[in-house]
Amino acid sequence: MASQSEGGAFGGMSAGRFPPAFGSTGNSSFTDFLASYAPDMLPGRRQVPAGPVGDDLPHGTTIVAVIFPGGVILAGDRRATAGNVIAQHDIEKVFRADDFSALAIAGTAGMGIEMARLFQVELEHYEKMEGRILSLEGKANRLATMIRGNLAMAMQGLVVVPLFAGYDEENDVGRIFSYDPAGGRYEETQFHTIGSGSPYARGALKKLYRDDLSAEDGVRVCLQALYDAADDDSATGGPDLTRQIFPVVTVMTADGFRRLPDDEVGAHARAVIDERMHNPGGPNAPLR
Amino acid sequence: MSMPFYVSPEQVMKDKADYARKNIARGRDVVVIAYDGGILFVAPNPSRALHKISEIYDRIAFAAVGKYNEFENLRSAGVRYADVNGYMYDRSDVTARGLANFYAQNLGTIFTDSSKPFEVELVVAEVGAGAEDNQIYRITFDGSVVDEHGYVAMGGQADHVATVLQSRYSDGMPLAEALEVALAALGQSNGDEHTFTAGELEVAVLDRARDGRKFRRLIGSRLDDLLPAAPEPTEAPEADATPAEEPADPSDGDAEDQAAAEDANLDLPEPPSGGEGSEES
Repeated sequence: MASQSEGGAFGGMSAGRFPPAFGSTGNSSFTDFLASYAPDMLPGRRQVPAGPVGDDLPHGTTIVAVIFPGGVILAGDRRATAGNVIAQHDIEKVFRADDFSALAIAGTAGMGIEMARLFQVELEHYEKMEGRILSLEGKANRLATMIRGNLAMAMQGLVVVPLFAGYDEENDVGRIFSYDPAGGRYEETQFHTIGSGSPYARGALKKLYRDDLSAEDGVRVCLQALYDAADDDSATGGPDLTRQIFPVVTVMTADGFRRLPDDEVGAHARAVIDERMHNPGGPNAPLR
Repeated sequence: MSMPFYVSPEQVMKDKADYARKNIARGRDVVVIAYDGGILFVAPNPSRALHKISEIYDRIAFAAVGKYNEFENLRSAGVRYADVNGYMYDRSDVTARGLANFYAQNLGTIFTDSSKPFEVELVVAEVGAGAEDNQIYRITFDGSVVDEHGYVAMGGQADHVATVLQSRYSDGMPLAEALEVALAALGQSNGDEHTFTAGELEVAVLDRARDGRKFRRLIGSRLDDLLPAAPEPTEAPEADATPAEEPADPSDGDAEDQAAAEDANLDLPEPPSGGEGSEES
């Protein structure tokens, strides 16, 4: 008979038979499966050090997202900082979640990258188990649950806050969801930005955003906003022409997810820099 | 106090094997066949929702015959196995070999320990960088694993189907030709030559040329374009007529109602009109 032995290894049950978690029915969530099979692999289940540790670890910084008719753009700079040290010049903080959505992270980089990876598997796992793709709302809610699971860590300083953007196939629109560390989920209209440089990026977005942006112009708006963030926030990296490091820019439309190649982003970045040679503050918004 | 009758282990195993074989033979066949661009899966299956062919991971797919709830259970366990390993290590570390062993262990243990074996037969296939790197494993109800090359057939008429495949298979066939060979083999298993329509088929490929996840279902126009252009003046009446004669087929051999009902969810006749409209999803 099947013995109820507890254990993580594949042979945890009687020899040869797969552990009960593998055969459970009625749940298509990978996170829930891990919670019953190997809980230690979930970020929120780990022992947290007693004191706050956040500042010693690399942090990701500024993310911007802009909705345009028929899609959404999600972009992020490439710098990670640990205290006043630049920990990484070319970190990537924007991740493809599936064919129609992406998420970007700000906060403790290690936690964020792990969360992004888990979220990618979560979406793919659901798709394979159920034979259908989660609705955009469903994906956004799932991400909220994962952030909530990380609350204990957030209280210790290991905060990670993602920004989620995707193309909603049912309504043919791009949508943006932001979160707080407790898992609160908020849908944003027009644009949103998170991370240490976000106050400056938000100011730029307010002035540059229009309802009828093309995808191309939307990309330019994102790069202007990221430039302004890098201008005033030391933890945000600007376009690095010497190393050819440019922001990660992703666009989601009815055609699916697309990450812009470096030379395409590079061309935009150079145009922004050229313009700022004459006008360091960037384009002027009309006064009235 | 009554003593239980002694039954020799040989007899127990033979009874279990006969039981499993008999019930697997009730279902329709599935063909897995390599083509120049990857691996093709073909199953006569009018259902659009209950799949016999499924994606497991980037390069790995799964096909099964037998009892639906049992192979569905194995399929979801396989997806979990693949996803947890890919998450723990790397996506490239999930292999068909590992998955085949995982299934074989489980099926073997169930066959030995349980009073009822699983009435399923599986294929786990992985598309490689080149045709010689393809891996096709057939796993039977007792946990034995067979490493197949080029093609494999499962189901009630597997021997007949395999004979046709053997005579017509060649390495490096294009997709349309591989599909034609598979359909010829499957069509012959029904006794006389049967030409399948798109609505009666579940077809999928592991396409080597795709990035990342290589599994793709061929539905709607993608399948129509590949099917041999047989002269079909009127499609609708034919689609109505064919499923009607099919459910009679599996059950006329031995008329055990209960077992027939167990398999019935896969042998449901296609909804006459809804089938074509809902294909495009």
